[in-house]
Amino acid sequence: MRIAVASGKGGTGKTTVAVNLAVTAARVGLRASYVDCDVEEPNGHIYLKPETGLSLPVAVEVPEVDQSLCTACGKCSKICRFRAIAVLADRAMTFPELCHGCGGCFLVCPVDALKRERRLAGRVETGVSKIASDGDDRADSSGNEDITFVQGILNVREAMPLPVIREVKKHIPDRDIVIVDCPPGNSCPMVESVRGADRVILVTEPTPFGLNDLEIALETVREMDIPVDIVMNRCDPGGGPGLERPGVIARIPESRETAQIGSRGGIVSLESKEFAGIMKGILEKILRSGRGAT
Amino acid sequence: MKELVVISGKGGTGKTSIAASLISLAGRVVAADCDVDAANLHLVIKHEVRKSTPFQGGSKAVIDPALCVSCGKCQELCRFDAISNHDSGFRVDKFACEGCGVCAYFCPEGAVTLHDEKGGEWFLSDTATGPMVHARLAAGGENSGKLVTIVRNEAKKVASAGGFETIIVDGAPGIGCPVIASITGADAVLIVTEPTLSGAHDMERVLELAGHFGVRALLAVNRYDINSEIASQISEYAASHGVPVAGMIRYDPDVTRAQMNGISVVEYSDGPAATDIRLLSEAVTEYLGLEEK
Repeated sequence: MRIAVASGKGGTGKTTVAVNLAVTAARVGLRASYVDCDVEEPNGHIYLKPETGLSLPVAVEVPEVDQSLCTACGKCSKICRFRAIAVLADRAMTFPELCHGCGGCFLVCPVDALKRERRLAGRVETGVSKIASDGDDRADSSGNEDITFVQGILNVREAMPLPVIREVKKHIPDRDIVIVDCPPGNSCPMVESVRGADRVILVTEPTPFGLNDLEIALETVREMDIPVDIVMNRCDPGGGPGLERPGVIARIPESRETAQIGSRGGIVSLESKEFAGIMKGILEKILRSGRGAT
Repeated sequence: MKELVVISGKGGTGKTSIAASLISLAGRVVAADCDVDAANLHLVIKHEVRKSTPFQGGSKAVIDPALCVSCGKCQELCRFDAISNHDSGFRVDKFACEGCGVCAYFCPEGAVTLHDEKGGEWFLSDTATGPMVHARLAAGGENSGKLVTIVRNEAKKVASAGGFETIIVDGAPGIGCPVIASITGADAVLIVTEPTLSGAHDMERVLELAGHFGVRALLAVNRYDINSEIASQISEYAASHGVPVAGMIRYDPDVTRAQMNGISVVEYSDGPAATDIRLLSEAVTEYLGLEEK
């Protein structure tokens, strides 16, 4: 089962929820995996501290013009909808940073003047996290606590995260439960990260910003026709807007202690029984509704 | 005219709350919200929309089943795995399609056409301190970088038409296309971070990005008292990279309360965060060489 953890607004606790769900799943004996699709700013590794396995480059195939062959016919520039090739006077010029790698230009060039070059966009790393075996109250000792770990890292100055996200998704292992940590926002990187998930958890906070962005994220996920649950983070015990809205499956209380554990890269559910209980509750609800849906 | 862009790398560090406060303290300023897919600045700046303009989004391929002969050419050529074969015929997954048009170009039956998607809209509004340009990208939308560029260009237009000296831009989280579109050519970025390992990690990446595009960077550490140790490590890192720390802001529940009231925290309270942001505003003004009008 693949669960995407997304948010709309940034900084609502997506990574905290994703990481702790993976740890909770591993500790109840599920074979779990954590996948970081927030390739612009991947942070899951800070908490899961994986032993690194593979590190694979991600490249986009971009054209390079062989001027000795180019007849400046303009076909490449006409098919390119991303303005990555322009024909000026008697020569074609490429702008590789704008290229999406659709390959159209190679197919239309009548004289084979385009060479296939590679633009490095980032890399995908895999590994294993043993963090779920920490602590002394293990619920399970079946040896399943290893969390397989995959993350994408976008190169700084590279504008397009999609090729890296797509490559990360190709490395998603076959496990009982896969938690996908998604980028914030509601645009194409979030959509690509969520695509293919069985369920989505939207993490938000009961503030005007959080609720505003939640509605946009809900609209996006509903359009994709994926079942969605809402987790409200940083809930003031005194109440607040949106706490009772339908679809909320868990409320995580505002806590300075939780914030401090997270700030130094700690796994909150391994240090706070209350938090561990909330995570277990979320996991159970999701597994139950996941089963109900299929 | 000077343009300051507030960014963060990591989301949720307080960019928008700080940007709204800097705008309020600037007196006479053009405000712009470039976080177009999760725009929030308009929620804490009282405004009246003067004009709204639709924005053209990307396009998506659509297969006409009446014309399709199921030859599979489109699926074979699609680099984005957006075309699949079902019992009902070939279909485009519009959430995977990047609108490159290769399938439409090569379909021997002319069964594939590109259709424009809803893109969103952008707004020109009036506020107490001057015009504000903001936008709303359609849910799940594409071309956010393009919409960011429109917002920035419109902000510059209204600034020069109205004789404004300063533009303050609320940017997007991350380091990808909307962020690059927000900062290229700006006079300075103010990076708002928080004293967490994630905040520090993301700040380093966004700082590298600013360096690559030759944009001067200033730093503010928000909620620094949550973890003073990491806050000092961040300040040391900034100092060793020649980045001035323009402000350190204390944790203060008034920031959320101000948000609930739809105004900036400096308008709402005289508490610790408001006090620290006032000092930040003075420091930023000094670094940018801005004269208060």
